[in-house]
Amino acid sequence: MLPEWHDAAGDPLAAALKEEFGEAIESARTLAGDLTLAVRRDAVAQVAAALKAKHRFTYLVDVCGADYPKRTPRFDVVYHLHSFEANRRIRLKVTTDEATPVPSVTGVWRVANWPEREVYDMYGVRFTGHPDMTRILLWEGFNGYPLRKDFPIEGIDTGAAIYPEYYTQTAGPVAGTGTGWKPAGTVKPTPPKPPAPAVAPKPAPEKEPAT
Amino acid sequence: MAEPIVDPTASDALFDPGEEMELNFGPQHPSTHGVLRLKLKVDGERILDCYPIIGYLHRGTEKLFELHPFFQNVPHTDRMDYVAAATNNLAYVGAVEKLVGLTVPPRARYIRTILAELQRISSHLLWLATHAIDIGAMTPFFYCFREREQVLDLFEQYCGARLTLNCMRPGGLPHDLPVGWTDTCRAFADKFPSKVDEYEELLTDNRIWKKRTVGIGVLAPDVAIDYGITGPMLRGSGVDWDLRKAMPYEAYGEVEFDVPLGKNGDTYDRYLVRMAEMRQANRIILQCLEKLPAGPIMAKRPRVLKSGKDTEAYHGIEGPKGEIGFYIVGDGTPNPYRCHVRAPSFINLQVVPELSRGMLIADLVAIVGTTDIVLGEVDR
Repeated sequence: MLPEWHDAAGDPLAAALKEEFGEAIESARTLAGDLTLAVRRDAVAQVAAALKAKHRFTYLVDVCGADYPKRTPRFDVVYHLHSFEANRRIRLKVTTDEATPVPSVTGVWRVANWPEREVYDMYGVRFTGHPDMTRILLWEGFNGYPLRKDFPIEGIDTGAAIYPEYYTQTAGPVAGTGTGWKPAGTVKPTPPKPPAPAVAPKPAPEKEPAT
Repeated sequence: MAEPIVDPTASDALFDPGEEMELNFGPQHPSTHGVLRLKLKVDGERILDCYPIIGYLHRGTEKLFELHPFFQNVPHTDRMDYVAAATNNLAYVGAVEKLVGLTVPPRARYIRTILAELQRISSHLLWLATHAIDIGAMTPFFYCFREREQVLDLFEQYCGARLTLNCMRPGGLPHDLPVGWTDTCRAFADKFPSKVDEYEELLTDNRIWKKRTVGIGVLAPDVAIDYGITGPMLRGSGVDWDLRKAMPYEAYGEVEFDVPLGKNGDTYDRYLVRMAEMRQANRIILQCLEKLPAGPIMAKRPRVLKSGKDTEAYHGIEGPKGEIGFYIVGDGTPNPYRCHVRAPSFINLQVVPELSRGMLIADLVAIVGTTDIVLGEVDR
């Protein structure tokens, strides 16, 4: 039997949060027993702090992203929280787009540092108030965000090949097939090489008349 | 914060203030257990700061998950924590079952429990072997690999593979146990506690071993929770938290076992916790073999599993290294729309800089060893 969504407005935790934060808790639903709260983006750090301090959700299990390109805003950031006292797991969801950063929860749980960096690395979602907002798994200067749905599965030509001419000439699945994903404005078009100037034959130096 | 054993600002023979140096520890270093790179700021032998750089083994597993149907993703999970494939499989199939609402028959649940606990033993044996050899004890390596070989033989008899097992399916298991397997397994489990005694005889009261581990990498319980540490790392600090007890899955609700805890949260306590965990795992295996019910090994399910539209599920289990969990989003197709892995090594590695500040480089080797990371899982 496929599990179905149920409304969880009657849940005591959801009701308490709704009372405190009002509109910032956009919805409360359950699926397969897990409470899922949709939280407004700007309030996520406050909601997280309240959940930790008042409701004893001391353990942040995980932070991850998800991409829904047909929707606006297109990204989700998903937090899984756990309370040791209540032995309960809940899920927070925040939506955002490429341009809008999400408040970081590293001030609430220090564990959020690396998972938030991973979300940035994979989706390009930025976090404000994060101590070290850099790429974590991919290298600095990698061009693109690989877990986005429009990033090709076969990869892109990152320009990091040791012999770039070889890769462009062989036209494998990586480059040259038109599937390479290059966001506009981030890649400089390679200017066509100026034609080599025609080398004018040097006029033969005039032989000095033999004396 | 854990108090460093030696004050890095105090002057002593190893510390010569004013000569700071940056040092790369790894990615090619035998005691980083793979391709971990730590950028160290050292003053003589003393570590002032540590910055882990990871990603050398990144293979885009989470992207690959989106490409394949639920069944075909099980082998991908083998290749993350490649020394504990069965528990990875278990976490993944558990998440899929939660997503599509499958109920696993009892025999499959028991066999899965046995496989997961065998995997815990083999993972802890590999940890002990490499941790001891890092610190300078050579002999436990040979002892541990002797028993690990027997566990791998059991896996080989069950599914044909020794490391990348691919031994579970959403809804149950691919094969029933072969004839005589339970006897071989029981023979191993009967003897195994005496083997653990042998390892403990070599190390537990060994003066050099204690000198290298007692008081090294002390992790306070509140710091551990703040850093999201799970598994033996957390229990070594005395926090009583085990998913097998707290949120029982498979057959763990029906067997008896204890959750060993440490007191001081140092490397030595984590060693003791893992040794005790191997004995408990053995206990669980013996009980499961005793109770093993007859019946089918696969739930009634459609040939092609499809998730509901706009559904999601998170399922976490107690792996050998900590909580391994899968968050899967379904969109009504046979493929997961999104599959995220909560990898215990990735989260636990975050605390290494905290533990290593003020320690010696030789202690860093012990700290990286006791964290029990597998880079395949850190980088995914």
